This record gives sequence, structure tokens and C-alpha cells, in this order.
Amino acid sequence: MSEIQTIEPAAHAAEEPAAEPRGGRFLFSSWHLVLIPIAVVMVIPLVWMLVTSLQTLDETRHYPPSLVPTSLQFSNYTDVLQQAPFARWFVNTLLVTLACVAGNLLFCSLAGYAFARIRFFGREVAFILILATLMVPFQVVIIPTFLIVRSFHLIDTLGALILPNLAGAFGIFMLRQFFRTLPVELEEAARIDGASRLGILFKIVLPLSGPALATLAVITFMWTWNDFLWPLITIYSPNNMTLQLGLATFQGAHQTNTNLLMAANVMSMLPVLLLFFVAQRYFVRGIATTGLKG
Amino acid sequence: MAEVRLEHVTKRFSEDVAALDDLTLEVADGEFLILVGPSGCGKTTALRLVAGLEKPTSGTIAIGGRVVNDVTPRDRDIAMVFQNYALYPHMTVYRNLAFGLKERHTPKPEIERRVREASGILGLDDLLGRRPAQLSGGQRQRVAMGRALVREPKAFLLDEPLSNLDAKLRVQMRAELKRIHQRLGITTIYVTHDQVEAMTLGDRIVVMSNGRVQQIGKPQEVYSRPKNLFVAGFIGSPPMNLLRGRCTDGCISVGELELPWSGPDAPEVAVGLRPEDLRPAGESGPSLEFVVDVVEPLGNEVVVHGTTTGTAVESGAEEEAEIPLVAVGARAAITAVFEPADEPSPGDRIRLRVIPERVHLFDLRTREAIGR
Repeated sequence: MSEIQTIEPAAHAAEEPAAEPRGGRFLFSSWHLVLIPIAVVMVIPLVWMLVTSLQTLDETRHYPPSLVPTSLQFSNYTDVLQQAPFARWFVNTLLVTLACVAGNLLFCSLAGYAFARIRFFGREVAFILILATLMVPFQVVIIPTFLIVRSFHLIDTLGALILPNLAGAFGIFMLRQFFRTLPVELEEAARIDGASRLGILFKIVLPLSGPALATLAVITFMWTWNDFLWPLITIYSPNNMTLQLGLATFQGAHQTNTNLLMAANVMSMLPVLLLFFVAQRYFVRGIATTGLKG
Repeated sequence: MAEVRLEHVTKRFSEDVAALDDLTLEVADGEFLILVGPSGCGKTTALRLVAGLEKPTSGTIAIGGRVVNDVTPRDRDIAMVFQNYALYPHMTVYRNLAFGLKERHTPKPEIERRVREASGILGLDDLLGRRPAQLSGGQRQRVAMGRALVREPKAFLLDEPLSNLDAKLRVQMRAELKRIHQRLGITTIYVTHDQVEAMTLGDRIVVMSNGRVQQIGKPQEVYSRPKNLFVAGFIGSPPMNLLRGRCTDGCISVGELELPWSGPDAPEVAVGLRPEDLRPAGESGPSLEFVVDVVEPLGNEVVVHGTTTGTAVESGAEEEAEIPLVAVGARAAITAVFEPADEPSPGDRIRLRVIPERVHLFDLRTREAIGR
């Protein structure tokens, strides 16, 4: 008790003089000694990629590698666009990603709401089964999923990439947890006001679930955008490839045009980076609320 | 508008505990009925059953002559005000008010008219564009009321609507609720644990405890003729003093006090004395010796706590947090309410006048009132 009392005035006292240096933008804390090196480690590969994408092929083979471009080969980017159906891959990826995001938002909301609020026979068992699928590695279900998708005659179509990923256990779990935190009285009030179950979900629950939905959208976007293994298995026509798959074709068996590969990489990363910057507030908070690692 | 009838309604959330046990109740058309009792007494459950948010385990519920057991809340045509208001946080006040009408496909001009009317009654005209987060507690409470009003329902169900307001606002809103009810005359069921709200608002009040009805009656009737010990201890503030005594040989004796008694003998009774019936004694008449302990001047009256000879009895209505009526040595703690002019000092020894006609008697075995 006495500790709290002594700390409080001290904290106030510390805050006031701090107002001045805060204007100077150099508020250094000992955490920076840890954070700055980590940030450097995280950023170097990105910088290296960006630099390489602007080098000539010869420069990329230089040893030790240079992190400073000597000649700015912006032509690498145009070369990529000419050498490969890059635009097509981009559109494919975008279509698949948007479809998966939309599907996850819709279906995980429906399922999550049912698990959160509707009492039905076998609810707990069904929920645990769904949760259990989170523990099954993807490699284990590749073959069954492939067989199912093949039976729909979707192999080598974008449908093969969309259909199995329209809903996921993670999204259902996350949204259920979030929905359960909403005050149940709001839903009861809406029921008395005459709203149906779906009406309550779409008019009351979802509008109040912005952070959770944004998190799910961002996570689904990143997962789908960066997915490589599943497209590799189901897609073989260059026209139906996604970016990640297409980029791999730059890595030839005999020769790799590293500079072109990196230029393509930069372009494929832009939407994800953009999304991350726009949504990072939600992204960080959303993961914090679920208590799970993305 | 309509009457609401509950017949032998029981609600069990688990096998062994009945949240509501065989409740039979009729609310007349246009009546303001209060369900009052301590927390966990089943009053909110009763309200939720009428609303359709819960299904009764057995019994029937009828609104306007139609059995509604299997009717959804939507089709019961009732409106409810929740304790925490349950305003939709993402909608403006206007949309909050209009939501129920929209869901029922009311034509737009009609929605507009009704929202304006309700906001006029409740003084919300300037707030229609705001969101709940931008409103004060009292304003939110009004919006919650408004959301019920616009619906023009058969019945209003209010679940402790004033309990989240500060004391001053609560008194204001209490009067406003009464005014609205007098103006619109809509059947209202009002749940509260606050007996002042119960006494002031209700046409009739239903005192409940442990899922059972203890007494139904007009506020004055419940106050002046409590049917059992629980009601005696629950209604009235400060609560009724209850002392152990007996009725034998034409005489009620409590401690050293003796009063004439003409009824049958009862070896174990609780003698109930309302604090406001205890005044400093004059020259004559029966009286109780009293040692003043704590004096609480309230301006218009003085609440005096002290002790007398005898043993206190618990009514079962004491709140858990409250200190039970303790015996101080061999003495019982009692409370009296004096005129400000009679304000005593701690330590004073006074005699308290007892009016025999105002004494309540309860059989300690059955806990029921003994009629006279």
C-alpha cells in the first residue's frame, strides 16, 4: 500500500519534466537496446531484396554481397512483367485471396456465432472437433483434401485454391471467443425489438466486431497471399498460377535470375505490406485479444 | 395494451433449484405492477419469462388473453428496458429508437412520427444524432425508455431501470416514469430491489423471495399488513424491529413490555414494531426502555439506533452484506425514527411509546402474521 502511494507521486513528477524532451522526439528507453537490433535483423532481408531487385545480374553475384546498389536497374521490373504473366498471377492471387477473406468473414461469423450463442445438441463436441483440426498439420490432410477437390473437378483451377479455404477453425474459434465477450443484453434487446437470429448477427453483432473481423481479414489475407504448398500441388498451368507459385518458376534448375526474382518479390509483397501498414493497429490488437499467435 | 397473466409458472435452471416456484399472477390492463425482492429472488426471471427470453419449465403465460408460451419475444409485442440499458452502441439515438420499428417493417413516415413523439416525451430531441457513448447515464436511461415507448407495445417490462443512476437522478426519473405511465396507461411490470421505488411507483407490489411470492397487494397494504416475517423485514426503511416474545394469558410480552392480547395463545412470536411508530413516550401508555447508541439526523427526521431488553429475530430479508440484527449483550438492537425536535444524544436512556394497534405479530414457527 505504502509502495503504491510513494510510486504514484513519483510517476507524476517524472511525467512533467518529460514533457519537454518528448517534443524533441528522442525519448530513449533501455528497451531500445533490445528493439533496435531486432528491428535491424528484421529489416535487412527486406532491404537486401529491394537492393537486389535494382541490381544487374552480375552485381547480384558479387561477393560479399553489397547492400548499396551501384546502378539502379528499374528495367528489372519491366523485364519481369514482360518475361512472365506476372499481371495474370497477380490477378489470380488477388481473386483467390479476396474470395478466401470474404468466405472466412462470412462463414466463420456464422459458425462462430452459432457456437457462441445458440444452444444446440452436440455444440460442445462439435466445437472441440473443430478446434482439434487446428492441431492437425496441413501435410496430413493434403491428400484427402486433394481427393475431395479433384472429385469436384477443380484441380488446376482457382476454385481448388478457394474452396478448401473458405472457412477455417482458427477464424471460427477467434470469432466465437470475441462474440462471447459482447453483452448478451444487446442481443436480447434486439430479439425483443423483433430481429431474427441472422438479423441480430448482421445488424448488431458484426457491426460491433470490427476489430475481430479486421484481424481475421488480415490474417486470412496474409495466409492466402503467401500460401505456396497447396497451389504447388493443385495448379500446373502457368495461367492459373498464383504469385508465390509463379515466382518459384524464376528459380530455374540451371540458372536463377536473382535480380528479376527479387523485383517480382518486391511487387508481390507490396499489397501485403500495404495491408499491414493500414491494418497493423487491428492486427496487433486482434492477436492480443485471441491470445494466440497468428 | 393488455393484461398479463401467469399461471403456476415454474422455472428451473437446474434439477434441484427452482428460480421461480409456482408463480400465479395477474397484471390488469394498464396496471403498474412491481416485482420486488432481494437479488436471486426470481423477480428478473419472472420478467424474462414474460418477455420470452426464457421458457417456463411448467405453467402458462398469457398476454392479452393469448397464451404465449411458444411465441417468440418478437411476436409477443412487449418492450423491455434492461438494467444496463443495452443500447446499440454503433447506432445513433435515432436509429436505436427506430430499430424495433424497422425490424417490424413499419412505414418510414410512421417511424419518423413515433420517434419524434417519444423523443418529445423524453426530451431527447437534441440528442437524436448522438451515439450512446456520447450520452450521460440519465440520457442513456431515457433512450432505453424511448426505445420501449416507440413500439407502443402491449406491455412494458422494466428490469431495474433506475439502478445505475445516481441518487438524485433516480428520484427524478422515478417521478418521470410515473408521469409517463399516467399519460400512456400501458400495462407495466417493473422489477426492482429498491423498496422505495416499489412503494412509490406501484399500483400493486409483489414481494418475492426464493422464487416464491410472499405477498401481493397495494403498497400501503403491504406496508401496514405484512403477511409474514419476510415482508415485514423487507418493506419499510429502516426495517421493522422484530423482537422475540409470546402471547399467553391475554397478554403479549416482549422483554419487560406487556400489551393486552385477546387472541389464542402462541408461545413463540415475533413482535414487529415499525421504527416510525416508536416515539419518545409521554406520561402514560405502554412503553419500551431504550438506550440510544447512534443518532442519524436526516433533516426531516432523526433515525435513532439503540438497544432494548429482549432478543431480536431475523426476518430473512436482511441483505447478506448487512450486519445481522445483533444482540448487544443480552439486549436487542432496535431502531426508532424521531421528529427532529426530539433528537436525543448517544447514551441517553429514553422510554419509547408503543401503540398497541400498530404492533405486528408473527408466529415464529410458521413465520406468518397472526391476525387480530
